[in-house]
Amino acid sequence: MKPERQSRLPLYAFVAFIFAMYAAPAEAHLNTTGMGPLYDGLMHFLLSPEDFIPVLALSLLSGLRGAAYGRRALFVVPVAWLAGGLAGLSAVAATPHPFIAAGWFLLLGALLAAGANLTLGLTTGIAGLLGLYHGYLNGTGMGNSTSSAVALLGIVFGIFVVVALASAFVVRLQAHWARIAVRVAGSWIAASGLLMLGWAVRSI
Amino acid sequence: MLVLLCAQAAFAHPLKGEATGFLTGFRHPISGLDHVLAMVAVGLWGAQLGAPAIWLLPVAFPLVMAMGGMLGLMGVPIPGIEYGIAASAILLGLAVMFEVRPPLAIAALLVGFFAIFHGHAHGAELPPGQSAMLYSIGFVIATGCLHAVGIGIDSVHRWSWGQKFLRVAGAMVALGGAFFLYKAVA
Repeated sequence: MKPERQSRLPLYAFVAFIFAMYAAPAEAHLNTTGMGPLYDGLMHFLLSPEDFIPVLALSLLSGLRGAAYGRRALFVVPVAWLAGGLAGLSAVAATPHPFIAAGWFLLLGALLAAGANLTLGLTTGIAGLLGLYHGYLNGTGMGNSTSSAVALLGIVFGIFVVVALASAFVVRLQAHWARIAVRVAGSWIAASGLLMLGWAVRSI
Repeated sequence: MLVLLCAQAAFAHPLKGEATGFLTGFRHPISGLDHVLAMVAVGLWGAQLGAPAIWLLPVAFPLVMAMGGMLGLMGVPIPGIEYGIAASAILLGLAVMFEVRPPLAIAALLVGFFAIFHGHAHGAELPPGQSAMLYSIGFVIATGCLHAVGIGIDSVHRWSWGQKFLRVAGAMVALGGAFFLYKAVA
């Protein structure tokens, strides 16, 4: 007598349940590089213009003002970003407000275009605020896990490198036209901020 | 085979909509000849006037144009947009043709005034559903590149044949503006 063949469906269901229980977090916010969370964080920063461009603008502005300003931005922005990110990791996910995103573009772009003679204290304050705000938003989007903290470190490393390269590049610039070109870039950032403001108003 | 040859870029890496937003924004200012003529003319004129106009005019134009774009996005109406755009090409072309040298403030005011019309036209026409930030960045970069093209063309000004060439280029821009004015009126 042929033995009755048992359905394997319960077994498949059990395996699927086990896999579902141990599902890794989706980490939808980060771009996955396949090289681990540190590089995911690094690439996230480099591929996120809403984070990258304000940092770039601040770096260029600091560089225009001199080496002391560049050094201050180099340490304040990453540290503030890390502090904000760590605070955000355990907070409820928050979405960036379009008006504030436009405001950063507008403020930093306008200051850069004007070649503003900011004091070191004011530059430090702006750098700290920028880092805390964007870091917090990054943190809330990552979820609270070890890999999120490592990804946050990757972001901070990316910021450190970008600030170092951009501000050092501008500090070294001697030619008048080259420094003007940096300020023109600031006007483009400010113009983008104005348009973003229009988009934000339109979306209300 | 034919379908495979016509395959579009995958845009696999960027987040959905981002590449489209930047590229659409970048294409927008260069998609209309009336805009292109005026923006190149700004660069030409700025370079003819020399420093500081060479950088002040190309800075003023995108900034004020973005302000016009913001008004367009917000739905604030401005009358006679098409006339303003055509007039900008005519007047800027004539300025290049005759190497008009007004005081810097007047030149900046004139360029800024016309930039409002260009920006408003772009802002009012923006397609919905784009990535606002990337669209805006692409839009502004394209505008700046058009000014840079004008400044680059003006580098022939140092030669006598180059000066004649620039006058002809200014005349062509003005003629183009007249054509667009005719189209707007007709």
